[in-house]
Amino acid sequence: MGDFRYWLAEHKGTLLAFAVFVIMFGVYTGNHSAGFSPMVVMTAANKGVLLALVAMAQTLVVLTAGIDLSVGMIFVLANCLASQVVVGDTGQTTLGIICVLGAGVLCGALNGAIVIYGRLQPIVTTLATGAMFYGVALWLRPVPGGDVNSDLADALTDQVGGVPTSLLVLLGIVALVWVPLRRSEVGRAIYAIGSSEPAAYMSGVSIDKARFTAYAVSGLLSACGGLMLTFITYSGEASASIGGSYTLNSIAAVVIGGVSLFGGAGSAIGAIFGAFVLRTIGDLLFVFDFDPLWQPLFQGVILLLAVTLGSFRLLRLKNRLDLFG
Amino acid sequence: MSDGIPLFEMRNIAKAYGGVRALEDAQLTVESGRIHAVLGENGAGKSTLIKIMSGVVQPDHGIMRLDGTEMRFATPKAANAAGIVCIFQELSLIPDLSVADNIAISGAPKRFGLIDRKAQRRFAEEALARAGAEDIHPLALVKDLPLSRRQMVEIAKALGRKPRILILDEATSALTAGDVAKVFTVLKRLRSEGLALLYISHRMQEIDELADDCSVFRNGRHVASYLQGSKSRGEVIEMMIGREYSHVFPAKPADGKAGAPSLEVTNLAWSQRLNDISFKARPGEIVGLGGLDGQGQRELLLALFGVLRGVSGDIAVGGEVRNLKNPRAAKAGATGMALIPEDRKTEGLMLPMSVKDNLTLPALDSLAKAGIIDRQREKDEVDRMVKLLAIKAANLDIPVGALSGGNQQKVVIAKWLMIGPKIILLNDPTRGIDVGTKQEIYQLLRKLADEGATILFYSTDYDELIGCCDRVLVMYDGSIVRELKGAEITEHALVSSAFSINETQAGERQIG
Repeated sequence: MGDFRYWLAEHKGTLLAFAVFVIMFGVYTGNHSAGFSPMVVMTAANKGVLLALVAMAQTLVVLTAGIDLSVGMIFVLANCLASQVVVGDTGQTTLGIICVLGAGVLCGALNGAIVIYGRLQPIVTTLATGAMFYGVALWLRPVPGGDVNSDLADALTDQVGGVPTSLLVLLGIVALVWVPLRRSEVGRAIYAIGSSEPAAYMSGVSIDKARFTAYAVSGLLSACGGLMLTFITYSGEASASIGGSYTLNSIAAVVIGGVSLFGGAGSAIGAIFGAFVLRTIGDLLFVFDFDPLWQPLFQGVILLLAVTLGSFRLLRLKNRLDLFG
Repeated sequence: MSDGIPLFEMRNIAKAYGGVRALEDAQLTVESGRIHAVLGENGAGKSTLIKIMSGVVQPDHGIMRLDGTEMRFATPKAANAAGIVCIFQELSLIPDLSVADNIAISGAPKRFGLIDRKAQRRFAEEALARAGAEDIHPLALVKDLPLSRRQMVEIAKALGRKPRILILDEATSALTAGDVAKVFTVLKRLRSEGLALLYISHRMQEIDELADDCSVFRNGRHVASYLQGSKSRGEVIEMMIGREYSHVFPAKPADGKAGAPSLEVTNLAWSQRLNDISFKARPGEIVGLGGLDGQGQRELLLALFGVLRGVSGDIAVGGEVRNLKNPRAAKAGATGMALIPEDRKTEGLMLPMSVKDNLTLPALDSLAKAGIIDRQREKDEVDRMVKLLAIKAANLDIPVGALSGGNQQKVVIAKWLMIGPKIILLNDPTRGIDVGTKQEIYQLLRKLADEGATILFYSTDYDELIGCCDRVLVMYDGSIVRELKGAEITEHALVSSAFSINETQAGERQIG
């Protein structure tokens, strides 16, 4: 019983995001003309998974008490690159996927190297590199278009026995990337530097390695997102607005998912549900037939409410000094 | 050791920061199976010595030998690997991680390359047990633990690394009396297991009880090493401060204070942590708060200063009941309250800001005209405070974080004296401060009281309460259980009432 209390405290943010998502999604499908049908779920999943991957990428950097403004641009870059190279027979396609994911890791590693060795603030570093990544994306694909291995794309955006394949892909990525990282020594070091870097150093933690890993894996996850985007749209587009909105939404998703912007606390699983919540807001406005003119306003209000949920603890504060913790 | 080679020795170690010499020609020899106390004022070079031993900083020159082999430690990790583990005064725990995660932060037990949580938990439980802190749950987050529990986790973490040389830098300063006793038992056991312990403390009683050997440092130099017990306390203190040691505490005025109380608290209560607290304090009085650590003394000070939410009862200042809803209201003109907080680094100072900016922060409204700061007046006031408290700073524009601990504490006190407070609340202001500065602070407090201030002084050090206070309110479990006056304030009375073993109440209360 004692252990359960601590477990609950640790996963409070994630559970809250999950609960909010279930309620919102229930309302959405309940009011959708097609109801809780595989088609509705699949469309929602395909959209949600893209942001979920970018939000996971953002989580890693936020855990180190940084912020990554380039995740959206790595996402766009991976999309443009994939629309060039993920084509042809099985061998070529495989090689293409490795190339796209490798590019993502490289982008993340560049961010990490600049932050660690250049001693620059993450926010300015990634602002600059994000513009660079967008430049490369534009160079790769000056006009929207391109192609992708359509057999693979169809398979990954379809469903297996009522479960959207994109969700299975996300589950696979969580199992292969997040879970091992969370349980490794590097993963713990990522939390440690976010929580208190001097204490981590004093404890003999490999700070640089942890930070570098966080950025590199963040790049990998953004690239996974870009790859999935290509499979959904069958094309690539170097769009600054897509990149920018994914970056900002990933930050919102991370906050809704209970990850602390001060670093050191939270989980990528929470961020995934945060991303789903964010996506469902848009869908809700759609089924309730809001005037499109009003949508951005309402989306903003609902986002603010969702973020506020995480601040309810302030109402219970007895000691005002805890406000600043 | 029988073969004549000491376990660890440092020879001719020198270290300068910028142009300032922190250590010069320092020597230290550490033997296994002994507790070696390092004594000296703050700024004597003790911290630098330890930092060099544990790989946090590199010496400019000099040599270190472990088992007779020359060593250099580039990082704390390298020193840990060689068996030298330090428990730092500034805690090295990670607040958002659990106790178990912290204890196993480097070198967690692994299975298939991933951390084995079950094994880690067992490891943490064993380490906690070795430190005598079985009551701490391994899954609790460090940030949710009180300071004294964190310190115990810190000790457990160090023991988990299987050190050969364990360095304790003011490791007991945040501990409750009960924990100190436990830690001492642990340290003595470790000594009998053949560990070498390096012990740094400003509490002489602790050194008397624990140490086998002592080394005294002053101004970055090694002054003397001697067997514990071969020098008197007076001699030791003289070696540390390099001047005659007399009258630590200023004389108390003989007459009892009369007149209207400046601070009157009636039936104060807060969230079951403070129960029905009533007392009065007059101008010119130094009222001590005593009792075991964590019996509500800190909360009482915070409640008076408007930090706590949901406080019931009345706080009257100068005969008028005030509604103090935040520190801003508490410091405002008519009330004129100041709180010297417990943790100077987070609640007392803005470390990266300059000494000057820190000093004038609470008093800015009085130094500004129509929102613009009067630079000349600011400078005059700052100079007055620096002189009054004898703050040693190379320059008033350097970050306050660059000053020594004692000088930082003086800045915290000075910044509140700027507003000319009528009521001064002090939360353990001499923790981790050297003898010389302590003495200056005692004299300052008495001077402020003589000038008409009311002082409420919480201290974990009984000597201070006995030496400084006109009256002491002893707290237990959120209530004031006893008031001691004048000659009644003795160590015996403080301890017995702290444990709430009052002769007259003996049957009523059980010690929790």
